[in-house]
Amino acid sequence: MFNWLSQIVALTQFNIQTIWQRKGSSAAALFGIAGVVAVLVGVLSIGKGFEHAMQASGSPDTALIMRSGADSEMMSGLSRDETRIIADAEGIARNGDGALASSELFVIINVPKRSTGTDANVPLRGIEPEAFGVRDVDITEGRAFEWGKNEVIVGIGAAREFLGLELGGTIPVGRERWKVVGTFSAGGGISESEIWTDAGVLQPAYRRGNSFQAVYAKLQSAESFPGFKDRLTTDPRLNVKVVRQTDFYADQSVAMSSLITGLGTLIAGLMGIGAVFGALNTMYTAVSSRTREIATLRALGFGSGPVVISVLAEALVLALVGGVAGAGLAYFAFDGFRTATMNFQSFSQVAFAFDVTTSLLVEGIVYAALIGLVGGMFPAIRAARLPIATALRES
Amino acid sequence: MSRQAALDQVEATSSVSSETLVRVEGCTKHFRRGSEEIRVLEKLDLEVPKGEFLALMGPSGSGKSTLLNLMGGLDRPTTGSITVAGERIDQLSRPKLAAWRARHVGFVFQFYNLLPVLNAERNIELPLLLTHLSRAERKKHVETALEIVGLSHRQKHYPGTLSGGEQQRVGIARGIVTDPTLLLADEPTGDLDRKTGDEILDLLQALNRDHGKTIIMVTHDPHAAARSTRTLYVNEGRLRAEPVE
Repeated sequence: MFNWLSQIVALTQFNIQTIWQRKGSSAAALFGIAGVVAVLVGVLSIGKGFEHAMQASGSPDTALIMRSGADSEMMSGLSRDETRIIADAEGIARNGDGALASSELFVIINVPKRSTGTDANVPLRGIEPEAFGVRDVDITEGRAFEWGKNEVIVGIGAAREFLGLELGGTIPVGRERWKVVGTFSAGGGISESEIWTDAGVLQPAYRRGNSFQAVYAKLQSAESFPGFKDRLTTDPRLNVKVVRQTDFYADQSVAMSSLITGLGTLIAGLMGIGAVFGALNTMYTAVSSRTREIATLRALGFGSGPVVISVLAEALVLALVGGVAGAGLAYFAFDGFRTATMNFQSFSQVAFAFDVTTSLLVEGIVYAALIGLVGGMFPAIRAARLPIATALRES
Repeated sequence: MSRQAALDQVEATSSVSSETLVRVEGCTKHFRRGSEEIRVLEKLDLEVPKGEFLALMGPSGSGKSTLLNLMGGLDRPTTGSITVAGERIDQLSRPKLAAWRARHVGFVFQFYNLLPVLNAERNIELPLLLTHLSRAERKKHVETALEIVGLSHRQKHYPGTLSGGEQQRVGIARGIVTDPTLLLADEPTGDLDRKTGDEILDLLQALNRDHGKTIIMVTHDPHAAARSTRTLYVNEGRLRAEPVE
């Protein structure tokens, strides 16, 4: 056993130390695998980024109240009386000004994208002052809009992606144009894709009378959600649906992130198969050119098992280096790359950043290792099974 | 001089003892190529005494290399037995045969079979990686082997920078570095010019004469065979004492 292990160690050391001497074939395998990993991590980082944008939007101690049966704010409607009853409900956190519950309007406006110039749906949200207590937002540029005025503030994601949403720009609301007086960040969440204004001025502009579409309420704690939900859903004056904000956005992100992750995995899977064949071909060529070397080692007394394992170890090292290079490339090329896509639940654009997470990097490197092992296994076994006497005479 | 004294003198000169080192008994070797069965060796018997320098000659395809491979444990006979230093090697499993080769056999190949990515001393060190020797001990063995083949000054050179003769010397050094029971050389001068070939033959002869190495050499070349202590001819799978015209 010692002899077997020492042979593996000796041959593996020898193979790895001499990788540089075989730089041509080694580089071919390494770059192939690096490319696959970069694409895999890059594509999957889109899904992660979208997921992150949606998850960052929610807080477990924030409840979203909509009309019963509504799956999105677009489909919901609540009267002023209903929103008052909701705001008075037990379980909502309070500050000096009262309950932290913001009754809100949600409409879609057309704004051209910077990248293509074509119109896209951008959410315009009418809020109440309590919205700043319910959500965690910071004004990054300019100032907050003044209540009662035709002014808006724009999330930094939307400002980056759409024309006219920069500070000082204007947006079309009905037949008028409202001025952008500030931009805000919201921890990378979906709010950064929205335009905010005073609900009180948005209602008449869209002829909504005194109605809203949803109430966002900050609860006393995440644990108080079940009781709060029960109280509202059993209140005979209300016909509402109560969901945690985190669950709401998680549901919204499922379709898109599944689509992106599914497509990404499919693309990377197909590329991976191609890379396995590429790696197989490369390793076959590399090992074939060393058939006589391997036969010589076996003639000298090295066992077939250690030969196979050492060739696999070499393939694994090459694959891991390729994997790390590909993952690094993906990180520097894609992490933080900003874009926007359609959220099919709200039919509006969500701006988000590609998110190359640690788990994605690890996934990519593990994938590279698998490609290397599969690619190296067959030529290694072939080389070890060739009759020594025959292989010794191969040129 | 008495007959016995003369024999003693011959034995001392050739270092050949009466002890049989290699015994091949009733060996046949058949290969299958598609549906055709090729009979390479037929019920062959051979005894090689310890300390002998035996040359095996014969035309291409006569089976001389196959016989060498069988004695070196690189292949197994279809029938018959092969005993080296008292051990039946035809019955050993593949891993045990590999371990046996590492302990008992040194190989010298026609095309040297050096690993191009290793320099001379690391090529020579390879068989020692299968032993329990420390790095320092391995180094010492390698230096001794290099000294014997006269290549101490070329130890850091890669095969690509060595001449054919130098490469073969490195090959021989690798073959003897573990002090094997048996040194098998398959056409060791086949890739070399006459002068360089003669130098290699001088070296093999010295290893046999001065170091008592038992050498079995396959060759086409009568000039090379003339350096051995005995020459046998392989023809149509059988051994003969004289060449077949």
